[in-house]
Amino acid sequence: MAMQFYAPPEQIMRDRSEYARKGISRGRSAIVLSYDKGVLFVAENLSNALHKVSELYDRIGFAAVGRYNEFENLRAAGVRMADLRGYSYDRRDVTGRALANAYAQTLGAIFTEQSKPFEVEICVAEVGQSPAQDELYRLTYDGSVQDEPGLMAMGGQAEAIATVLRDQHRPDMPLADALRLAVEALGSVGGEGGAPRTLEANQLEVAVLDRSRVGRTFRRIVGAALITLLAQSAGKATATDAEATDAEAPDAESPDAEATAPDAAEADQAAEAPATGKAGTDQGRTPPKGGRGKGGPTTNPGEPSA
Amino acid sequence: MAAPELLPGRRPLPPGTAADFAPHGTTIVALAYADGVVMAGDRRATMGNLIASRDIRKVHPADAYSLVGIAGTAGVGIELMRLFQVELEHYEKIEGAMLSLDGKANRLATMIRNNLGAALQGLAVVPLFAGYDLDATEPTKAGRIFSFDVAGGLYEETGFDAIGSGSLFARSALKKRYRPGLSGDEAVRLAVEALYDAADDDTATGGPDLTRKIFPVVMAATAEGTERVDEADAEAVTQAVVAARMENPGG
Repeated sequence: MAMQFYAPPEQIMRDRSEYARKGISRGRSAIVLSYDKGVLFVAENLSNALHKVSELYDRIGFAAVGRYNEFENLRAAGVRMADLRGYSYDRRDVTGRALANAYAQTLGAIFTEQSKPFEVEICVAEVGQSPAQDELYRLTYDGSVQDEPGLMAMGGQAEAIATVLRDQHRPDMPLADALRLAVEALGSVGGEGGAPRTLEANQLEVAVLDRSRVGRTFRRIVGAALITLLAQSAGKATATDAEATDAEAPDAESPDAEATAPDAAEADQAAEAPATGKAGTDQGRTPPKGGRGKGGPTTNPGEPSA
Repeated sequence: MAAPELLPGRRPLPPGTAADFAPHGTTIVALAYADGVVMAGDRRATMGNLIASRDIRKVHPADAYSLVGIAGTAGVGIELMRLFQVELEHYEKIEGAMLSLDGKANRLATMIRNNLGAALQGLAVVPLFAGYDLDATEPTKAGRIFSFDVAGGLYEETGFDAIGSGSLFARSALKKRYRPGLSGDEAVRLAVEALYDAADDDTATGGPDLTRKIFPVVMAATAEGTERVDEADAEAVTQAVVAARMENPGG
């Protein structure tokens, strides 16, 4: 029998933390922030089939960085929990806080009990009636949970990105300004010799929880709508009028809006989860059918729209 | 000892029929038109010879592009519909894409089949399912209607269909007036007329309640999603139908 060496628990935890942190910081970043009419999610993601940002429930969204197969597992568990609760009780009884707690429990248990921690960092965001009531929870690989009002950045060089965000973020920014800030922050790191990068629409995954909607508030901003919005925010970088944002592409879910680049998925995943060989299991699957209003209906089931 | 068969939901129903003890929903009509499909339902629920509810809502969105109308035992039907809504939403969120319209109909058929035992004792529920098929090759054929039987049989209908106790009369009315390619306004009018005819000849179907301002629930599923026809619009259409019937009671 092989000799068992003694390792103190502190050492084990430190090693695990370091392992998880390394894995997370290798990937690309994601940003979640409040703006005047909702909560905005922006992630650097070359794939438009494998999402880092998704819907959990009516007013709750999910963003994650790290290993895809691990956070996809967590996402599915969150959706299951939310749907089950909403069905058993009422749709109003599903809260971001409860989901964040459940995630904290799961991640904490995995961190202490499994030999390998999850290399993920996730955000559970719930949109409130006003920016001050938005709830943003950061959940890290060890199961710790933090309430981060206003904004947060995860993955990659999260600290540097968060600094840029914190300097310029206002909770009452319109969507175009918030998007510009997020894209600028994401581009502020990783460039050649510290130069800022310009991120295009096909490198970004953008979604919002729309404060004003009833029922399911999550919608993705993709394709033409995203390009328009990015152009709008670039144009506004010089001017500072607020009214242009009302034209913020209300119909982001038009079926043709989902376009192009399904092959980028693998490249991104390779960059995303380089740690071991077994990352590939979830990724080879067929991308979901593009045409159907993915993740965001135009009206809300269960609520009369009139 | 665990005895899961004794849990309330699993106990067998007592022998005999339970039909008269639970409220029943009555007539639902659906018809395809140029932009999709319209579904409408009257507002009455009955319990034997009594009116259990005057303003029950029997037509609901199943998800963003489909509608479900329930006839039969109201309690079972509402529960079935709620579960169906959750299943569709859950699938959509987990998979990142919606089920196909046929997939949704098949799922609903299975759920009805599972209720067969209760159905044979009088607690039957038979929904009508209709939706906008996002995979349709021609936009004019995107509005599709599916009907079911208590055993879970699934039948796709052409153009229009009606279910519930007044369905015989509603379907006959639609048969005479329906034609493919109706406009949205015509389709809503036709649906309300069919419900009027059902209420005219079936005691369990509620006609428009002009004194209490209770009018049929009318919903549409189109490429833009599902939408309930505004209550004011539904009232206007119903008032027009009633006014026309003052002239000619047969329509």
